[in-house]
Amino acid sequence: MQLLEYAIRGIPTGCVFALLAVGLVLTYKTSGVFNLAYAGQAYVSAIVYYELRKELEWPLIPAGVVAILVVAPLIGLLLERVLFRYLRSAGAMAKLVTSLGLLIAIPEIAKLIFGSETRRNPPPLWWVRRTDEWLWPEGATFVLDAGQVATIVSTVVVVIALVVLFRSTNLGLRMRAVVESPRLAELSGVDSERVSMAAWMLSSVLAGLAGVLIAPLFASLNPFDLFTLLVAALAATVFGGLTSIPLTFLGGILLGVLQAVLAGTLPTDSVLTNGLRPSLPFVVLFLLLLFRPGLRSTKEVTDPLATVDAPPPPPVVRSRPPWMTTGSRVFGTVVAVLALAACWFVLDSYWLGLTVSGVVLSIIMMSLIVVVGMGGMLSLCQAALAAIGAFATAQIVSATGAPVLLALVAGVIAAAAVGALLAIPVVRLDGVYLALATLAFALMFQSIFVPLSWVSGGAVPISVPRPVIGPIDLSDDRYFLVFAVICATVTALIVIRLREGTTGRFLQALQTSDVAAASIGISGSRSRVVAFAIAAGIAGFGGGMAAIDLGQASYEASFPYLIGLVWVALLVSSGARSIQAAVMSGLFFFLFPALLDRLFRFPSNWAESNPDAPSWVNSIADAVQPTWAQSVAFILFGIGAITYAKHPEGSIEAQTTASVNSIVRRVEARNERRALEAERVPT
Amino acid sequence: MTGALLTATGVTKRYAGIVALAKVDLEVRAGELVSVIGPNGAGKSTLFDCLTGVQRPDSGNVVFDGRDVDRMRPAARARAGMARTFQRIELFGGMTVLDHLLVADRARTRRGGLFTDILTGTKPSGVELARCRVVLRLLGLEEWAERPAESLSLGKGRLVELARALMCEPKLLFLDEPSSGLDRRETDEMGEALLRVQAERGLAVLLIEHDVPLVQRLAERIYVLDYGELLASGPTAKVLADQKVRVAYLGASS
Ligand SMILES: Nc1ncnc2c1ncn2[C@@H]1O[C@H](COP(=O)(O)OP(=O)(O)OP(=O)(O)O)[C@@H](O)[C@H]1O
Ligand SMILES: [Mg+2]
Repeated sequence: MQLLEYAIRGIPTGCVFALLAVGLVLTYKTSGVFNLAYAGQAYVSAIVYYELRKELEWPLIPAGVVAILVVAPLIGLLLERVLFRYLRSAGAMAKLVTSLGLLIAIPEIAKLIFGSETRRNPPPLWWVRRTDEWLWPEGATFVLDAGQVATIVSTVVVVIALVVLFRSTNLGLRMRAVVESPRLAELSGVDSERVSMAAWMLSSVLAGLAGVLIAPLFASLNPFDLFTLLVAALAATVFGGLTSIPLTFLGGILLGVLQAVLAGTLPTDSVLTNGLRPSLPFVVLFLLLLFRPGLRSTKEVTDPLATVDAPPPPPVVRSRPPWMTTGSRVFGTVVAVLALAACWFVLDSYWLGLTVSGVVLSIIMMSLIVVVGMGGMLSLCQAALAAIGAFATAQIVSATGAPVLLALVAGVIAAAAVGALLAIPVVRLDGVYLALATLAFALMFQSIFVPLSWVSGGAVPISVPRPVIGPIDLSDDRYFLVFAVICATVTALIVIRLREGTTGRFLQALQTSDVAAASIGISGSRSRVVAFAIAAGIAGFGGGMAAIDLGQASYEASFPYLIGLVWVALLVSSGARSIQAAVMSGLFFFLFPALLDRLFRFPSNWAESNPDAPSWVNSIADAVQPTWAQSVAFILFGIGAITYAKHPEGSIEAQTTASVNSIVRRVEARNERRALEAERVPT
Repeated sequence: MTGALLTATGVTKRYAGIVALAKVDLEVRAGELVSVIGPNGAGKSTLFDCLTGVQRPDSGNVVFDGRDVDRMRPAARARAGMARTFQRIELFGGMTVLDHLLVADRARTRRGGLFTDILTGTKPSGVELARCRVVLRLLGLEEWAERPAESLSLGKGRLVELARALMCEPKLLFLDEPSSGLDRRETDEMGEALLRVQAERGLAVLLIEHDVPLVQRLAERIYVLDYGELLASGPTAKVLADQKVRVAYLGASS
């Protein structure tokens, strides 16, 4: 009986999972986009609802209608019209990266528009606070609060609406056809563009509804909580095989119930419970991805026309003459040395500190080159692996008093070992599934391991001293900068050698044609596990360095998983295979927001120091908020990722290619001219 | 007469509802060129996939070179001596023709690995390049060696696939419609290349081909598949003259 009560308590959460998951399936099936930005869409509706209810004090119904039925579908329509319809033929990776960029950009845009203050106690989508106020006033065995009632009622409404839509309307029928096989549907005259537009709007409504419903579950409204909940809901999506809407629904409810039952029955004080309760959805997601039968083959079986797909467009072919490569490497080295000297002599401690962090981050970015650029695996857990390197380094130093650099080596090994263990089951998955599995891992790590004291040291981060090498004390940031640059250079050389060597060639073969690589005896899983483990080691190295840089191994400060997603977006959009892109994006991540911050503070600083400044300066100073810096930076990072579909080789790489090509063309033209002149002279 | 190099017995494969292969038996002896023919959708490519390990048959048994390979993955079978080309051409992106051969050579010799790469770097050695050049010359691809493989015509692309397969020094070569999509001249070129390969390497070839003249010229024996079933098998001329085969495949009226 007790158990039944727990189960019933889980139903509202299950409904939320189900709503989120069904919306994801809708867009995935109609446009092939696994829309991580869904959480961002949910967040926008939640903010709009909050502002309307609390700030403008609108009544419930108009506020709900505007937030869920007006704003949400408009966002869906906008995304489909200006973005995703151009991505129809893009690869799964491009679509995923695009949605990652949106996930980063959308909440920040919303903050720019609506203000970034904390929004406490989000209002529920229901009139009265608790069920016992209007149902069974006395003798109720348990009560539901307004949010839960609203969730259950809306879910029932949504289920009925979806059933009616899919069973009895023309649009629903066409949607089902497109879901079965987009090409077959198109051949039989279904306008799949219209259908996909409708699906985006519908899914956006579900996102908005979920956002408004979820918001009261948290003390304040923020996009991270929504995204974490979305990842939890992914378990339901995967349960439904990313295809079946009823199964997805069932999965969502089951997940909520399971969570509630476990929370009720497991002893409350054990470490296992404390870790397992919040992480259950991620564990379930991870296990489902690994063990659910039929995930890998979904695509071929459901779409009879899958094999008549046009082959993907060939990747951009670069032919760079060897002298060019040597030349650009020499040039790069000279620039780096000059820049280092400039940093040494010019920068104050603030900018020096940021530059050091940027160089250290570029090491982690290089780990992404190995796993994403070379291995073709969109790993979303690089931040967690970096954290493992940092924690291992810190723990060893504090437990044994070993030299920091020795501990750092151990940290690298620890991260590589965890990476290898994770890779063994995960590399069998393709594209989207691998990305989701690594995301699930990142969240499991965060909710199970980070709180443990033998991992992170508990609430207070473990401190890590700066090393002393001979007479040089690296606690001086200038020396540490040189040290970091040396470390980054060594890492870069290793990555380049791997890329040009057998390892890189095998990975390239596997990435562009799995079956052909297997047909010449290249074992895909082996090469991928190796790549993943190396990347994990490099990430661990960067993480350890970050801890040394900061003086402590802090998960919140350095490695939250969402920051890791921003790293991926940044690197992939600037060039997933290029060292130059890794260095630039590492530096960019730290320096760009700081520069913007200076820029946005400029008017108010100026107004303060010049009391007789014209009044418009003051009004600008009042309007511009320093908090914009982070938002604007993240929006630009996000938009950068959105351009990925257009330049899969990355913007920096595209730039380089363009300039290399123009130089090569010019040299060739000159040679030709010379040859012509040489011919003419004798005559 | 040497023993069989490849023996498949009772290979059966079903896809959601359809039987793509029904109890197919097949045998290839060392050094012989055998062809598999049949109308579209007969299950020829599926048969290749089952033999090379890309697909796992629902039942049946495959013995290669005296070893039971049923549980081996495609890469392991390739290392045991099976190499193949694909009906829908599968080239590696961003690689030149020479790179294709080098990768295949490295996959066979296992030269270089993680630590060699990091510590010494692994540039192609003279010996490796020489091995590649032999195959390039055999297939007439020398002048294309430095070209990106994707930029080549379909005919050249198929030759690159063949060259890549040869670099594995296989005992048995599986060719899935090497002439499909090629014009008459390119088809003849492909036929010549295959004859040269056979003459020089003496390896066994299993060939799926729709082009009957080509099959007549190359194959000693043929197997005819229809709706997943083995319709006939035997010496080429005899089978092609068979009335049953003519009806099913060549579309002759009875
Ligand atoms: N992955 C798959 N999923 C479902 N059915 C498949 C799959 N691959 C092949 N089939 C079906 O199996 C049957 C045999 O296909 P197969 O490609 O082996 O034929 P084939 O003889 O090679 O034809 P073709 O001459 O067109 O190449 C066909 O009916 C095909 O539709
Ligand atoms: Mg075929």
